[in-house]
Amino acid sequence: MRRIAIIGIGCTKVGEHWDKALRDLAVEASLRAMEDVGLYDVDYVLVGNMMSGYLQNQEHLGALVADSLGLQGAGAAKIEAACASGGMAVHMGCQLIASGAADSVLVVGVEKMTDATTQEATKALAMAEDQEYSAYTGTSFVGLNALVARAYMRAYGVGHEDIARFPVICHKHALDNEFAQFRFPITVEAVMSSPIVADPLHLLECAGIGDGAAAVLLAPLEDARKIIDAPVEVLASTVSIDKFSLHQRDDLTSFKATRASAEAAFKKAGLGAEDIDVLEVHDAFSVLGLIALEDLGFAERGKAAELVKEGGIEIGGKIPTNTFGGLKARGHPVGATGVYQIVELVRQLRGEAGKNQVEGAERGYAQNIGGVGTTITAHILGRVD
Amino acid sequence: MSAPNYLREAPRRYRLEGARCKGCGAIHFPPKAICDRCGGRDLESEGLSGEGELVAYTIIRHPPKGFEDQAPYVIGIVQLKEGVRILSQIVDCDPTELREGMRLKVAIRRIKNDGGFIEYGYKFRPA
Repeated sequence: MRRIAIIGIGCTKVGEHWDKALRDLAVEASLRAMEDVGLYDVDYVLVGNMMSGYLQNQEHLGALVADSLGLQGAGAAKIEAACASGGMAVHMGCQLIASGAADSVLVVGVEKMTDATTQEATKALAMAEDQEYSAYTGTSFVGLNALVARAYMRAYGVGHEDIARFPVICHKHALDNEFAQFRFPITVEAVMSSPIVADPLHLLECAGIGDGAAAVLLAPLEDARKIIDAPVEVLASTVSIDKFSLHQRDDLTSFKATRASAEAAFKKAGLGAEDIDVLEVHDAFSVLGLIALEDLGFAERGKAAELVKEGGIEIGGKIPTNTFGGLKARGHPVGATGVYQIVELVRQLRGEAGKNQVEGAERGYAQNIGGVGTTITAHILGRVD
Repeated sequence: MSAPNYLREAPRRYRLEGARCKGCGAIHFPPKAICDRCGGRDLESEGLSGEGELVAYTIIRHPPKGFEDQAPYVIGIVQLKEGVRILSQIVDCDPTELREGMRLKVAIRRIKNDGGFIEYGYKFRPA
């Protein structure tokens, strides 16, 4: 298997892009990634996207995006794994490079959600779940994660204010991210007094609805070294799935797929949690950030809130996490999220993170979740000297 | 939901028909072709009791399309006495009186009416 490098990155701002279509966002992010390295021709285009079929009535997105980029000779496909579509697209791109099936792959994650009404977007998100036995009940996606939050607080005696601190830190980190959707500070009091979406989760602890696209260019490491001075290597790219629906699992407070994908990734990279300098976790809902810290080995079960309270996930802390705002504050254009995470880790490892730079960051980890802990991808990136 | 889909799901929606693995005895809902506990492929249909207890619950205040007229409503995970877990609306109760561990019983209710025919299926209520 060949070693894999990330040679170009690009993204759009996350927000309400009334003036841009789905394909426009994908093209904008892709061109930025291509301009980043000066490479405009690729063997493959993989598009991470979840909702284009429902929200835009558009499938066959791989070819549409590739054609929009003028890449008629390339192979192209849409990769879908709910909110893990982006991470899964990067994962599949890595397989193409590692196996030798392709020498250059453009992975672009894109989602356009703000043309839809809130009810339509809520229904589209619920499509991540089993339509016959979960969505059928009328649950929302937030509702299922609310069950996780309630079970977590009950199991470990953690107070809601302690969970609410996670999004507060994410908002703090987004202040200096020009691509973030929500660049304003919030407080625990603000979270707790914001409207309840599904008990016990409040509005300010749920990722919002937004449009955006992020792209990475992948190549074999041996080629990358000839093109750019400091490529970032993909040290591991893994994925694991669990029992499909949350309610089928015995433990609601930990995600087996996080643990399994992490174990495989750390083994492949020959590293452990202690070797990670910067972390991206899938904090679509506040409690998921805490559970990720525990499942990945950065905190003991039920103790992540203490790590957060001590400043452990802030820049300069034990494990700086979501240093560009995470899903909550950078924004969560669903199919793009997993690719934004990779783009942000690359910025950190290149030393291009500006005020959010984690000094001397050499290795980063990204966790991307599809469904409620159903499909989870893991990526470990490392600086190449 | 299409008429064929509705008809196909009726045994689960109306009678909570699950499956029992003849190899290890595990109960599945919905029925599966392959037992994910032992890998066995010899499973038989089994009607479930509809009696169980509440594992966790939430109140949906912003519903997905098609459920707007019902909000707010309670969604809970119910563990049936057979051991299998089901997601369901919890009805006929004051949400402030809900508690984990409370005993519940199945009830056949209207699920949704989005302009076509009216869909019915299982919900749970306090026993």
